[in-house]
Amino acid sequence: MDQFAVKVFVRLRPSVLDPAGEATKSASLKLGGDGIKSLRIGKMIEVKIEGNGENEVREKIDLLCDRLFANTVIEDYEYSLEKL
Amino acid sequence: MDNFTVGVVVFPGSNCDRDVSWALEGCLNIRTKYLWHESSDLNDVDAIVIPGGFSYGDYLRCGAIARFSPLINALDEFVKSGKRVLGICNGFQILTESGFLPGALTANKNLNFICDDVELDIISSKGGWFNNGGEKQTIKLPIAHGEGRYHCDSDTLKKLVDNELIALRYKNNPNGSSFDIAGITNEKGNVLGLMPHPERACDELIGGTDGLFTLKSLILT
Repeated sequence: MDQFAVKVFVRLRPSVLDPAGEATKSASLKLGGDGIKSLRIGKMIEVKIEGNGENEVREKIDLLCDRLFANTVIEDYEYSLEKL
Repeated sequence: MDNFTVGVVVFPGSNCDRDVSWALEGCLNIRTKYLWHESSDLNDVDAIVIPGGFSYGDYLRCGAIARFSPLINALDEFVKSGKRVLGICNGFQILTESGFLPGALTANKNLNFICDDVELDIISSKGGWFNNGGEKQTIKLPIAHGEGRYHCDSDTLKKLVDNELIALRYKNNPNGSSFDIAGITNEKGNVLGLMPHPERACDELIGGTDGLFTLKSLILT
């Protein structure tokens, strides 16, 4: 069995308004963060997972992302995978 | 109808389950039974309410974890059999997360938790959930949510409009919902999800009776 460290990034789709991102952008500008054109907030999920090779692990992570980590009606996801 | 029983789902974090039960039993004399989320036996109930609250602490996304409970898994067959399911607030979020209704509920545009009475236009009479006799009519119901902004893509919205699946629209959109949507049904009409709380508008003494009809319509078969 191989062990992998996976980092999943979940982001609101570009077409979906991100009010928390807008509020943070507004606060950033007050702090003097000149030049900020856009600020959007997502989630990062760290998973350690075992499996028989990268392909099997990717299949499992794809399922988790699609069915649980992200709601694909409003969110996109991507992930990076590192063998431990 | 004497034995007609409405199941009221209880998740860890549900907090409107008792309100729903009180409104059904006390105001409408309809028998209720609490259904713990780990149960998948729905044989004793004739209709189901998924009440408001914060199931599983709203972790990950509202309704995202609740979707995997044994009870929600058993709901598929229940819905297919034509029995009625009403999802209120967090219940609406769970119904979208689990795919019984299209779209998703996201953070209110102004980021506030909004607790208010809102005026709603009844748009569709699909499923007989509202007393509008096929005509546009306005009712007033309380809302209490932080993540009630209905979102769907344009194709889904077109489908909702074309198939008359939009049940309720806000008169003055409080949360930024697409197309002012406050509640929708499935195509068959036996599943309704809405952000407003009909169970909190069942007694004249505590804010009106505009919610009675919707709860009463649970006994339609």
